[in-house]
Amino acid sequence: MLAKRIIPCLDVRDGVVVKGVKFRNHEIIGDIVPLAQRYAQIGADELVFYDITASSDERVVDKSWVSQIAQVIDIPFCVAGGIKTVEDAGHILAMGADKISVNSPALSNVQLITDLYNTFGQQCVVVGIDSFFNPDTQAYEVYQFTGDETRTQKTKWQTLDWIQEVQSAGAGEIVLNCMNQDGVRNGYDIEQLAKVREKCKVPLIASGGAGTMTHFTEVFKQAGVDGALAASVFHKNIIAMDELKAYLAAQGIEIRQ
Amino acid sequence: MALASLVIINTGCANIASVKFAVERLGIQAFVSDDVNEINQAQRVILPGVGSAPAAMASIERKQLTACIQSLQQPVLGVCLGMQLMVQSSQENHLGNHRDTPCLGLLPGHVEKMKAGDLTLPHMGWNRVYSLSDNPLFDDIDEGAHFYFVHGYSLAKYEHTLATCHYDSDFSAAIYKDNFFGVQFHPERSSDAGAQLLKNFSRI
Repeated sequence: MLAKRIIPCLDVRDGVVVKGVKFRNHEIIGDIVPLAQRYAQIGADELVFYDITASSDERVVDKSWVSQIAQVIDIPFCVAGGIKTVEDAGHILAMGADKISVNSPALSNVQLITDLYNTFGQQCVVVGIDSFFNPDTQAYEVYQFTGDETRTQKTKWQTLDWIQEVQSAGAGEIVLNCMNQDGVRNGYDIEQLAKVREKCKVPLIASGGAGTMTHFTEVFKQAGVDGALAASVFHKNIIAMDELKAYLAAQGIEIRQ
Repeated sequence: MALASLVIINTGCANIASVKFAVERLGIQAFVSDDVNEINQAQRVILPGVGSAPAAMASIERKQLTACIQSLQQPVLGVCLGMQLMVQSSQENHLGNHRDTPCLGLLPGHVEKMKAGDLTLPHMGWNRVYSLSDNPLFDDIDEGAHFYFVHGYSLAKYEHTLATCHYDSDFSAAIYKDNFFGVQFHPERSSDAGAQLLKNFSRI
């Protein structure tokens, strides 16, 4: 049986790992390579690196750290941020990343997803979606350029429609960042994730809200996601990876020990 | 150049670096090459793969490596898409193109889109692998060890299956014929079990 994945997420800005609350007020967590190495050693199933400045800065970001990570870790990792073309993606994959994730550039040009599918195969094309629940309209809305608060903007897309669109275009995996929950450790947005799960036929990764081990059980059992992404609970040692995995296994969830 | 112990074929569109780094972590020097002579002279060859079958086959053909790979006598390990390229054909093609992609034909077999019932596709993540027979490739690896998979196409279990994995149904996690080995998972990204498998290959 396929194991559920526990995925620490490392937000990268200017070559260091940072963490913000609700995408704001970033604090420095540490250097990328030692952190990646440590997470691989303690049993993370996969790592995601988000270069959170890249798309909004419109600059070519130095990604040499991708190659440094690939040299030292023996678990898969995905790189997100600033990948606007097939060529950009090719560089990242050539440096040793296993998957690339596109978010804002796919919203500007959905054909990018299909081009990536045709060149690299569906399995390494991840689409990140920043979804915000608007209490006024009671709608889930997709946001773009969330790495920079001065440029963050609402798009024309409602989340469930965009989920369908990116799957038709060739997405191989979807990471759903529930913006209302990001960094606040009150639990994953089970209601939204369960709704997305119904429409999502590719692997679905939950992001935003992990605070306790119970939150992981809930998101796997109630929302049926394939993986759970979390940052601060791991960066701040609130949850120990080995304890979490033993706990989930005891709850009857298939997990790699 | 000196006789290279291990050459990783530069298929042009694969994540070659991660395979190279994994082998180097074991203390084995690896060269990435698309030169026919260098590939021919290697003691062992790895055919890596992340990508799509049509793109990878087009690249191999453009580099005029098809006949070279087909004539190799030394141990060859295909990884993920590299394994799928080893058989006769693949159902995988560009979005909207329904024709099969001809592959290298090192082993019989046809790769098909996975049918996973209610499960999601691609098959992505850590799954358990069970070897069907004693083979040095799986020495010192526990039955049911987790390996990392990322693929939407697979080869059904058949006479050349060396190890299986279950995802709705059993499929080939590893295949074997003569000097050709293939693994559907990514040993370079499968932690300790994957490192052991690469070490085993380096000793075959």
